[in-house]
Amino acid sequence: MAAAPKLDHPSLPLVKERFADVKFMATEFRGQTTLVVPAEKLHDVARFLRDDPRCQYNFLSDVTAVDYLDYPAPQPGRFAVIWNLVSHANDRRLRLKVFMNPTIDTTGIDADPALIVDSVTDLWPGAEWMEREVYDMYGIRFRNHPDLRRILTWKDFPAHPLRKDYPLRGRGEREHYQKLARDSA
Amino acid sequence: MGLESALPVDSVLSTQLNRVVNWARRSSVWPMPFATACCGIELMATACSRFDLARFGAEVMRFSPRQSDLLIVAGRVSVKTLPVLQRIYMQMVEPKWVISMGACASTGGVFDTYAVVQGVDQFIPVDIYVPGCPPRPEMLIEGIMAIQRIIDADNIPRDPEGKRLPLNIAVAPNYEPRPMPVPVTVGAS
Ligand code: SF4
Repeated sequence: MAAAPKLDHPSLPLVKERFADVKFMATEFRGQTTLVVPAEKLHDVARFLRDDPRCQYNFLSDVTAVDYLDYPAPQPGRFAVIWNLVSHANDRRLRLKVFMNPTIDTTGIDADPALIVDSVTDLWPGAEWMEREVYDMYGIRFRNHPDLRRILTWKDFPAHPLRKDYPLRGRGEREHYQKLARDSA
Repeated sequence: MGLESALPVDSVLSTQLNRVVNWARRSSVWPMPFATACCGIELMATACSRFDLARFGAEVMRFSPRQSDLLIVAGRVSVKTLPVLQRIYMQMVEPKWVISMGACASTGGVFDTYAVVQGVDQFIPVDIYVPGCPPRPEMLIEGIMAIQRIIDADNIPRDPEGKRLPLNIAVAPNYEPRPMPVPVTVGAS
Protein backbone atom coordinates (compact mmCIF):
# COMPACT_ATOMS: atom_id res chain seq x y z
CA MET A 1 0.00 0.00 0.00
CA ALA A 2 1.49 3.28 -1.05
CA ALA A 3 1.82 6.02 1.52
CA ALA A 4 -0.67 8.86 1.28
CA PRO A 5 0.71 11.79 -0.71
CA LYS A 6 2.27 14.57 1.34
CA LEU A 7 0.78 17.69 -0.21
CA ASP A 8 3.03 20.24 1.45
CA HIS A 9 4.29 21.96 -1.69
CA PRO A 10 4.42 25.69 -0.87
CA SER A 11 2.86 26.75 -4.19
CA LEU A 12 -0.34 24.72 -3.78
CA PRO A 13 -2.05 27.03 -1.22
CA LEU A 14 -1.22 30.03 -3.39
CA VAL A 15 -2.86 28.45 -6.43
CA LYS A 16 -5.90 27.43 -4.40
CA GLU A 17 -6.24 30.90 -2.97
CA ARG A 18 -5.97 32.60 -6.36
CA PHE A 19 -8.31 30.14 -8.17
CA ALA A 20 -10.77 29.49 -5.36
CA ASP A 21 -13.60 28.35 -7.64
CA VAL A 22 -11.55 25.82 -9.65
CA LYS A 23 -11.40 22.16 -8.71
CA PHE A 24 -7.79 20.97 -8.60
CA MET A 25 -6.32 17.62 -7.78
CA ALA A 26 -2.77 16.98 -6.61
CA THR A 27 -0.44 14.06 -6.04
CA GLU A 28 3.03 13.68 -4.65
CA PHE A 29 5.65 11.02 -5.12
CA ARG A 30 9.04 11.09 -3.41
CA GLY A 31 8.86 14.81 -2.83
CA GLN A 32 7.72 15.65 -6.36
CA THR A 33 4.35 17.28 -6.53
CA THR A 34 1.93 17.25 -9.46
CA LEU A 35 -1.02 19.58 -9.75
CA VAL A 36 -3.87 18.36 -11.95
CA VAL A 37 -5.53 21.32 -13.65
CA PRO A 38 -8.74 21.49 -15.73
CA ALA A 39 -7.77 22.01 -19.35
CA GLU A 40 -9.52 25.35 -19.76
CA LYS A 41 -7.70 26.82 -16.73
CA LEU A 42 -4.22 25.62 -17.69
CA HIS A 43 -3.06 28.83 -19.28
CA ASP A 44 -4.27 31.03 -16.40
CA VAL A 45 -2.65 28.80 -13.79
CA ALA A 46 0.61 28.70 -15.75
CA ARG A 47 0.64 32.47 -16.08
CA PHE A 48 -0.03 32.85 -12.35
CA LEU A 49 2.77 30.45 -11.45
CA ARG A 50 5.19 32.28 -13.69
CA ASP A 51 4.29 35.84 -12.68
CA ASP A 52 3.38 35.62 -9.00
CA PRO A 53 6.36 36.90 -6.96
CA ARG A 54 5.96 34.04 -4.46
CA CYS A 55 6.05 31.38 -7.19
CA GLN A 56 8.37 32.66 -9.96
CA TYR A 57 8.38 29.52 -12.09
CA ASN A 58 10.52 31.23 -14.67
CA PHE A 59 11.67 28.09 -16.49
CA LEU A 60 9.68 25.42 -18.31
CA SER A 61 11.91 22.38 -18.37
CA ASP A 62 9.65 20.03 -20.31
CA VAL A 63 6.29 19.51 -21.94
CA THR A 64 5.37 15.92 -22.50
CA ALA A 65 2.37 13.61 -22.52
CA VAL A 66 1.24 10.14 -21.45
CA ASP A 67 -1.27 7.75 -22.94
CA TYR A 68 -2.97 5.82 -20.11
CA LEU A 69 -4.66 3.26 -22.33
CA ASP A 70 -4.75 -0.08 -20.43
CA TYR A 71 -3.01 1.50 -17.46
CA PRO A 72 -3.41 -0.79 -14.44
CA ALA A 73 -4.76 1.92 -12.11
CA PRO A 74 -7.79 4.00 -13.17
CA GLN A 75 -6.92 7.52 -14.29
CA PRO A 76 -9.11 10.61 -14.79
CA GLY A 77 -8.55 10.51 -18.54
CA ARG A 78 -6.97 8.61 -21.40
CA PHE A 79 -4.31 11.22 -22.21
CA ALA A 80 -2.37 13.51 -19.92
CA VAL A 81 -0.21 16.47 -20.93
CA ILE A 82 2.46 17.39 -18.41
CA TRP A 83 4.35 20.63 -17.91
CA ASN A 84 7.47 20.58 -15.73
CA LEU A 85 8.03 23.98 -14.16
CA VAL A 86 11.21 25.12 -12.42
CA SER A 87 11.69 28.19 -10.27
CA HIS A 88 15.34 29.15 -10.21
CA ALA A 89 14.72 31.83 -7.58
CA ASN A 90 13.11 29.39 -5.11
CA ASP A 91 14.90 26.25 -6.27
CA ARG A 92 11.58 24.50 -6.64
CA ARG A 93 9.81 22.31 -9.15
CA LEU A 94 6.13 21.75 -9.88
CA ARG A 95 4.40 19.58 -12.44
CA LEU A 96 1.13 20.59 -14.06
CA LYS A 97 -1.00 17.90 -15.57
CA VAL A 98 -4.09 18.08 -17.75
CA PHE A 99 -6.18 14.97 -18.43
CA MET A 100 -8.29 14.64 -21.54
CA ASN A 101 -10.43 12.01 -23.20
CA PRO A 102 -10.63 11.50 -26.96
CA THR A 103 -14.04 11.76 -28.59
CA ILE A 104 -13.16 10.21 -31.95
CA ASP A 105 -11.27 7.13 -33.06
CA THR A 106 -7.66 7.44 -31.91
CA THR A 107 -6.14 5.38 -34.72
CA GLY A 108 -6.49 8.21 -37.22
CA ILE A 109 -4.96 11.65 -37.41
CA ASP A 110 -8.11 13.75 -37.64
CA ALA A 111 -8.27 16.72 -35.30
CA ASP A 112 -10.14 15.73 -32.15
CA PRO A 113 -12.05 18.69 -30.62
CA ALA A 114 -11.46 17.22 -27.14
CA LEU A 115 -7.71 16.77 -27.48
CA ILE A 116 -6.71 20.41 -27.38
CA VAL A 117 -5.20 22.63 -24.72
CA ASP A 118 -3.84 26.17 -24.68
CA SER A 119 -0.26 26.61 -25.81
CA VAL A 120 2.13 28.17 -23.31
CA THR A 121 4.56 29.41 -25.94
CA ASP A 122 3.56 32.99 -25.09
CA LEU A 123 4.72 32.43 -21.49
CA TRP A 124 7.79 30.28 -22.13
CA PRO A 125 8.93 30.48 -25.78
CA GLY A 126 10.90 27.25 -25.27
CA ALA A 127 7.64 25.34 -25.25
CA GLU A 128 7.35 25.61 -29.00
CA TRP A 129 9.25 22.50 -30.09
CA MET A 130 8.13 20.44 -27.11
CA GLU A 131 4.50 21.13 -27.91
CA ARG A 132 5.18 20.19 -31.50
CA GLU A 133 6.60 16.90 -30.27
CA VAL A 134 3.52 16.20 -28.14
CA TYR A 135 1.35 16.98 -31.14
CA ASP A 136 3.43 14.74 -33.39
CA MET A 137 3.53 11.78 -31.02
CA TYR A 138 0.05 11.96 -29.41
CA GLY A 139 -2.09 14.09 -31.70
CA ILE A 140 -2.88 16.56 -28.92
CA ARG A 141 -3.20 20.01 -30.40
CA PHE A 142 -2.22 23.32 -28.83
CA ARG A 143 -4.38 26.39 -29.25
CA ASN A 144 -2.50 29.55 -30.35
CA HIS A 145 0.69 27.67 -31.09
CA PRO A 146 2.62 29.72 -33.69
CA ASP A 147 3.71 26.79 -35.88
CA LEU A 148 2.06 23.48 -35.01
CA ARG A 149 3.70 21.04 -37.43
CA ARG A 150 5.09 17.56 -36.90
CA ILE A 151 8.65 17.70 -35.66
CA LEU A 152 10.06 14.14 -35.55
CA THR A 153 8.09 12.14 -38.08
CA TRP A 154 7.61 13.46 -41.56
CA LYS A 155 4.80 15.61 -42.88
CA ASP A 156 2.53 12.90 -44.26
CA PHE A 157 3.01 10.40 -41.46
CA PRO A 158 -0.41 8.74 -41.11
CA ALA A 159 -0.52 8.23 -37.32
CA HIS A 160 0.52 9.50 -33.92
CA PRO A 161 3.01 6.82 -32.98
CA LEU A 162 3.25 7.11 -29.18
CA ARG A 163 -0.43 6.39 -28.74
CA LYS A 164 -0.68 2.98 -27.16
CA ASP A 165 -3.06 1.69 -29.80
CA TYR A 166 -0.44 2.26 -32.49
CA PRO A 167 1.45 -0.98 -33.21
CA LEU A 168 5.18 -0.91 -32.42
CA ARG A 169 6.10 -2.06 -35.91
CA GLY A 170 3.86 0.51 -37.50
CA ARG A 171 1.23 0.09 -40.13
CA GLY A 172 3.55 -0.35 -43.08
CA GLU A 173 5.18 3.09 -43.02
CA ARG A 174 8.66 1.58 -43.00
CA GLU A 175 8.01 -0.87 -45.84
CA HIS A 176 6.25 1.32 -48.37
CA TYR A 177 8.96 3.38 -49.85
CA GLN A 178 10.48 3.84 -53.26
CA LYS A 179 13.07 1.16 -54.00
CA LEU A 180 16.25 2.04 -55.87
CA ALA A 181 17.95 -0.31 -58.28
CA ARG A 182 21.46 0.15 -59.53
CA ASP A 183 20.36 1.91 -62.69
CA SER A 184 17.67 4.17 -61.29
CA ALA A 185 20.15 7.02 -60.94
CA MET B 1 60.69 2.09 -52.34
CA GLY B 2 58.72 -0.61 -54.14
CA LEU B 3 58.85 -2.01 -57.59
CA GLU B 4 60.47 1.05 -59.17
CA SER B 5 63.68 0.70 -57.16
CA ALA B 6 64.20 -2.80 -58.57
CA LEU B 7 63.82 -1.66 -62.18
CA PRO B 8 66.43 -0.06 -64.43
CA VAL B 9 65.93 3.71 -64.65
CA ASP B 10 64.55 4.08 -68.18
CA SER B 11 62.70 0.81 -68.59
CA VAL B 12 59.22 0.19 -69.99
CA LEU B 13 56.63 -2.15 -68.55
CA SER B 14 53.86 -3.54 -70.68
CA THR B 15 50.50 -4.61 -69.26
CA GLN B 16 46.82 -4.60 -70.15
CA LEU B 17 45.00 -1.31 -69.93
CA ASN B 18 42.13 -2.69 -67.86
CA ARG B 19 44.62 -4.10 -65.38
CA VAL B 20 46.11 -0.65 -64.87
CA VAL B 21 42.64 0.87 -64.55
CA ASN B 22 41.53 -1.79 -62.10
CA TRP B 23 44.73 -1.39 -60.12
CA ALA B 24 44.09 2.33 -59.85
CA ARG B 25 40.47 1.87 -58.89
CA ARG B 26 41.30 -0.80 -56.38
CA SER B 27 43.91 1.39 -54.73
CA SER B 28 41.65 4.38 -54.33
CA VAL B 29 38.26 3.21 -53.10
CA TRP B 30 37.21 6.47 -51.50
CA PRO B 31 34.44 5.98 -48.96
CA MET B 32 31.42 8.16 -48.40
CA PRO B 33 30.69 7.68 -44.70
CA PHE B 34 26.97 7.55 -43.97
CA ALA B 35 27.45 7.14 -40.24
CA THR B 36 24.16 7.51 -38.42
CA ALA B 37 24.81 5.68 -35.15
CA CYS B 38 27.32 3.83 -32.99
CA CYS B 39 28.82 1.90 -35.92
CA GLY B 40 30.11 5.26 -37.11
CA ILE B 41 32.51 5.30 -34.17
CA GLU B 42 34.03 2.04 -35.31
CA LEU B 43 34.19 3.43 -38.82
CA MET B 44 36.22 6.35 -37.45
CA ALA B 45 38.49 3.93 -35.60
CA THR B 46 39.02 2.07 -38.85
CA ALA B 47 40.31 5.23 -40.46
CA CYS B 48 42.55 6.15 -37.53
CA SER B 49 46.13 5.17 -37.00
CA ARG B 50 45.63 1.92 -35.13
CA PHE B 51 43.84 0.22 -38.00
CA ASP B 52 44.88 2.70 -40.69
CA LEU B 53 42.55 2.31 -43.61
CA ALA B 54 45.13 4.24 -45.62
CA ARG B 55 47.01 0.98 -46.12
CA PHE B 56 44.21 -0.01 -48.48
CA GLY B 57 43.95 3.29 -50.28
CA ALA B 58 40.54 3.97 -48.78
CA GLU B 59 41.35 6.60 -46.19
CA VAL B 60 40.07 9.63 -48.04
CA MET B 61 36.61 10.07 -46.57
CA ARG B 62 34.69 12.13 -49.07
CA PHE B 63 31.68 13.96 -47.77
CA SER B 64 30.64 14.69 -51.30
CA PRO B 65 29.03 11.64 -52.88
CA ARG B 66 30.14 12.77 -56.31
CA GLN B 67 33.77 12.19 -55.39
CA SER B 68 33.41 8.85 -53.68
CA ASP B 69 33.22 5.24 -54.83
CA LEU B 70 32.10 3.40 -51.73
CA LEU B 71 29.03 4.14 -49.65
CA ILE B 72 29.47 2.82 -46.11
CA VAL B 73 26.09 2.74 -44.37
CA ALA B 74 27.15 2.59 -40.74
CA GLY B 75 24.27 2.56 -38.30
CA ARG B 76 20.52 2.41 -38.26
CA VAL B 77 18.64 4.32 -40.88
CA SER B 78 15.31 5.82 -39.92
CA VAL B 79 12.56 6.04 -42.46
CA LYS B 80 12.94 9.80 -42.39
CA THR B 81 16.64 9.58 -43.29
CA LEU B 82 16.08 7.03 -46.01
CA PRO B 83 15.39 9.61 -48.76
CA VAL B 84 18.72 11.24 -47.89
CA LEU B 85 20.52 7.93 -48.19
CA GLN B 86 18.86 7.20 -51.52
CA ARG B 87 19.74 10.62 -52.81
CA ILE B 88 23.37 10.20 -51.82
CA TYR B 89 23.39 6.83 -53.50
CA MET B 90 21.95 8.29 -56.69
CA GLN B 91 24.54 11.07 -56.73
CA MET B 92 27.46 8.66 -56.70
CA VAL B 93 28.94 7.76 -60.06
CA GLU B 94 29.69 4.28 -61.30
CA PRO B 95 31.57 2.18 -60.50
CA LYS B 96 30.10 2.48 -57.04
CA TRP B 97 29.97 0.08 -54.14
CA VAL B 98 27.81 -0.15 -51.05
CA ILE B 99 28.79 -1.65 -47.72
CA SER B 100 26.07 -2.24 -45.17
CA MET B 101 28.00 -2.10 -41.92
CA GLY B 102 26.59 -3.69 -38.78
CA ALA B 103 23.42 -5.42 -37.73
CA CYS B 104 21.30 -2.29 -37.89
CA ALA B 105 22.09 -1.26 -41.44
CA SER B 106 21.73 -4.84 -42.64
CA THR B 107 18.59 -5.92 -40.78
CA GLY B 108 17.37 -3.16 -38.48
CA GLY B 109 19.04 -4.92 -35.56
CA VAL B 110 17.22 -4.70 -32.27
CA PHE B 111 15.34 -1.61 -33.45
CA ASP B 112 12.28 -3.37 -34.79
CA THR B 113 10.02 -0.31 -34.74
CA TYR B 114 7.90 1.74 -37.07
CA ALA B 115 10.61 4.34 -37.58
CA VAL B 116 13.63 2.20 -38.50
CA VAL B 117 14.36 0.68 -41.90
CA GLN B 118 14.70 -3.09 -41.52
CA GLY B 119 17.74 -3.44 -43.75
CA VAL B 120 18.88 -0.83 -46.24
CA ASP B 121 19.06 -3.51 -48.91
CA GLN B 122 15.27 -3.26 -49.15
CA PHE B 123 15.68 0.17 -50.68
CA ILE B 124 19.13 0.42 -52.24
CA PRO B 125 21.43 -2.25 -53.73
CA VAL B 126 23.99 -3.52 -51.22
CA ASP B 127 27.24 -5.23 -52.20
CA ILE B 128 28.83 -6.24 -48.91
CA TYR B 129 27.22 -7.02 -45.58
CA VAL B 130 29.58 -6.66 -42.62
CA PRO B 131 28.07 -8.37 -39.57
CA GLY B 132 28.61 -7.29 -36.00
CA CYS B 133 27.30 -4.86 -33.45
CA PRO B 134 29.46 -2.99 -34.14
CA PRO B 135 31.76 -4.87 -36.52
CA ARG B 136 35.41 -4.67 -35.56
CA PRO B 137 37.55 -2.53 -37.85
CA GLU B 138 39.20 -5.71 -39.14
CA MET B 139 35.82 -6.85 -40.37
CA LEU B 140 35.14 -3.60 -42.16
CA ILE B 141 38.59 -3.76 -43.74
CA GLU B 142 37.81 -7.33 -44.78
CA GLY B 143 34.70 -6.00 -46.49
CA ILE B 144 36.67 -3.35 -48.34
CA MET B 145 39.26 -5.94 -49.32
CA ALA B 146 36.49 -8.13 -50.72
CA ILE B 147 35.56 -5.25 -53.00
CA GLN B 148 39.20 -4.78 -53.95
CA ARG B 149 39.52 -8.43 -54.89
CA ILE B 150 36.43 -8.16 -57.10
CA ILE B 151 37.78 -5.05 -58.81
CA ASP B 152 41.20 -6.62 -59.26
CA ALA B 153 39.81 -9.73 -60.89
CA ASP B 154 37.54 -7.61 -63.09
CA ASN B 155 34.83 -9.78 -61.69
CA ILE B 156 31.82 -7.50 -61.46
CA PRO B 157 28.66 -9.60 -61.70
CA ARG B 158 26.25 -8.58 -64.47
CA ASP B 159 22.88 -9.84 -65.56
CA PRO B 160 22.36 -11.04 -69.18
CA GLU B 161 21.65 -7.47 -70.31
CA GLY B 162 24.96 -6.25 -68.94
CA LYS B 163 23.51 -4.45 -65.95
CA ARG B 164 25.44 -4.62 -62.73
CA LEU B 165 24.15 -6.86 -60.00
CA PRO B 166 24.80 -6.33 -56.32
CA LEU B 167 27.63 -8.52 -55.08
CA ASN B 168 25.63 -9.79 -52.07
CA ILE B 169 28.68 -10.87 -50.12
CA ALA B 170 28.37 -11.38 -46.37
CA VAL B 171 31.74 -11.12 -44.66
CA ALA B 172 32.51 -13.85 -42.13
CA PRO B 173 34.30 -13.04 -38.87
CA ASN B 174 38.05 -13.03 -39.44
CA TYR B 175 39.28 -13.20 -35.88
CA GLU B 176 39.09 -15.62 -32.97
CA PRO B 177 37.47 -14.25 -29.85
CA ARG B 178 39.77 -14.57 -26.86
CA PRO B 179 38.57 -16.61 -23.88
CA MET B 180 36.47 -14.51 -21.54
CA PRO B 181 36.63 -13.42 -18.79
CA VAL B 182 40.34 -12.76 -18.44
CA PRO B 183 42.15 -12.53 -15.11
CA VAL B 184 42.75 -9.06 -13.72
CA THR B 185 46.36 -8.09 -14.18
CA VAL B 186 46.42 -4.51 -12.91
CA GLY B 187 48.41 -4.38 -9.71
CA ALA B 188 49.59 -7.97 -9.98
CA SER B 189 53.33 -8.36 -9.50
S1 SF4 C 1 24.86 -2.54 -35.33
FE1 SF4 C 1 25.18 -2.12 -33.15
S2 SF4 C 1 26.92 -0.67 -33.14
FE2 SF4 C 1 26.05 -0.68 -35.21
S3 SF4 C 1 24.56 0.98 -35.25
FE3 SF4 C 1 23.48 -0.89 -34.71
S4 SF4 C 1 23.44 -0.89 -32.48
FE4 SF4 C 1 25.02 0.54 -33.12
